[in-house]
Amino acid sequence: MLKYIIKRLGYAVLTLFIVVTLTFFLMRSIPGDPLASMARGLPEQTRANFYAKYGLDQPLFTQYTMYMQNFVRGDLGESVVFPGRSVTDTIKRTAPVSGLIGGISLILGFAIGISLGIIAALNKNRWPDYIVMFIAILGVTIPIFVLASLAQYLFSVRLGWFPSSGWGDLRHLFLPVAVSFFGPIASFARYLKSSMLETLSQDYILTAKAKGLSKRAVILKHTLRNSMIPIVTILAARIVAVFTGSFIVERMFGVPGIGFYYISSINNNDYSMILGTTVFYAALFIVAQLFVDFIYMMVDPRIRVGS
Amino acid sequence: MTEKEKNKNLDKNLFEIIGPETSEAEKLGRPQVSFLSDAWRRFKENKIATVALFLLMIIGIMVIIGPWISAHEYEVINRDRRNESPNADFWFGTDRLGRDLFSRTWQGGRVSLIIGIVGAFITAVAGSIYGGISGYFGGRVDDIMMRIVEVLISVPYLIVVILLSVVLNSKSLGTLLLAMTITGWTGMARLVRGQVLQVKSQEFVMAAVGLGVRPWKIIRKHIIPNVLSVVIVSVTFQVPGFIFSEAFLSFIGLGIQPPETSWGALAAAAQNIYTFYPYQLFIPALMIALTMLCFTLMGDGLRDALDPKLRK
Repeated sequence: MLKYIIKRLGYAVLTLFIVVTLTFFLMRSIPGDPLASMARGLPEQTRANFYAKYGLDQPLFTQYTMYMQNFVRGDLGESVVFPGRSVTDTIKRTAPVSGLIGGISLILGFAIGISLGIIAALNKNRWPDYIVMFIAILGVTIPIFVLASLAQYLFSVRLGWFPSSGWGDLRHLFLPVAVSFFGPIASFARYLKSSMLETLSQDYILTAKAKGLSKRAVILKHTLRNSMIPIVTILAARIVAVFTGSFIVERMFGVPGIGFYYISSINNNDYSMILGTTVFYAALFIVAQLFVDFIYMMVDPRIRVGS
Repeated sequence: MTEKEKNKNLDKNLFEIIGPETSEAEKLGRPQVSFLSDAWRRFKENKIATVALFLLMIIGIMVIIGPWISAHEYEVINRDRRNESPNADFWFGTDRLGRDLFSRTWQGGRVSLIIGIVGAFITAVAGSIYGGISGYFGGRVDDIMMRIVEVLISVPYLIVVILLSVVLNSKSLGTLLLAMTITGWTGMARLVRGQVLQVKSQEFVMAAVGLGVRPWKIIRKHIIPNVLSVVIVSVTFQVPGFIFSEAFLSFIGLGIQPPETSWGALAAAAQNIYTFYPYQLFIPALMIALTMLCFTLMGDGLRDALDPKLRK
């Protein structure tokens, strides 16, 4: 058990190291140097100082070791477009905003999606099943920017209930959350339904029913618990989707989250911001997967014993 | 003389022993049904999937002939007729540069569909080869190959695509496809590997090995047909994923550049002005949603039709 945990941790660190290295060299392989457009028109001495400030006067490998040393200390460098703005500080400032919207929509999406999945599985091939599957398919197929546009048009422009964009008070939370919990609802409902149908056909469910257990006990204790295991798998992807899904939602609703800054740093060619944020996303994903692995180990005795 | 006695006196030579007809015994009672025609029959029974296939065919035909039907070229700018609502002259209206949205929609559809289908195809081929080798050889090879996949999978897909689009400065179809498929095949590799491992351990493969069938024939006759249906279904589900990724990239300004266009780029261009000109967003959005919906529903139908476990 302990050995398994250590092994997983080791892989996670190794993966992170590989990803950071690859990202670093990929970003440096872009034709032209990151400061070219900023340094244009500067006097020779100023330009040299400018390059020295970002360590770009050093050989590539020295740059890499410097970056890795700073990375271990949690320093991701400084924005090249907005000198003086630290990448780490920007992430610290913006990630909680994305986390708030994403967290609420993930929890709500999880609760609603699971409930809908149970309803669909227990009413297979009857109207509640059809309605739930219709919602699930819509949630998968409607692009999020269309959903966001529709929500803005309906609730802000037409009805005027909620502000269409901005950040500051509680009313600003509503539309971004409502738009981004649609995806989780759809995927949780879909996966739970098929997983529950599979569990319901197992012999031990028949045994439980034959023993005369109440319907409630059969569903909650025997079926649901065993059907939740595959759901844990998609949880990791969903946790990251909370952050990546925020690209569009934050841009459209003017929310100052990490996705918003990521997209604008891409549009500004802000190399150090792109690099830093990418590394942050990758680290987040690796941690989320690790987390899910451990949850897996707790909920599934077969894995616990097997390892 | 009684009847019985009469029979007794019949000459035995009048009878001919014909015995069981050996050539007829093994004859098939009804025409042989191949796996594919059987699957097609089951697919046709699924009405939703058939309608989805039909709609996809219409979209496909329109994407091919659409830009020619309209009297207007898709990239011609007409400054006098900007932001016109759909009318008899411009069937889907015009955009803010006065370009005909009808031909732009189908022209954009070409890009979106090509990215969807070609992207899914590339990942399917690459993933099947990689996963197939890993699953078939097993052991150490499998260990190393799957470790590599694990590393690649542990970077969020959209982040990889964005990063590569930035690095490759991708504005064309080729680089976009490269950015999207470079790690996109990992999911398929895992799927194929799992399936190969499962098939490999089944009794009919063991029987074939025991009978001395050569490895290549086992792969061709037993493993590939059993893995293929899973791959086909997965491809159907991946097409909408690629269409969505392309739309996403265009939306954040990393996709196809004007005057070329795609459904995602059309929607992105319309997004700032949709409160005034909702039709400009509505049409490409509908096309994206409809195509993704049709592929998803068709995938469901295909899965039911191709899954041998559901056969009775």
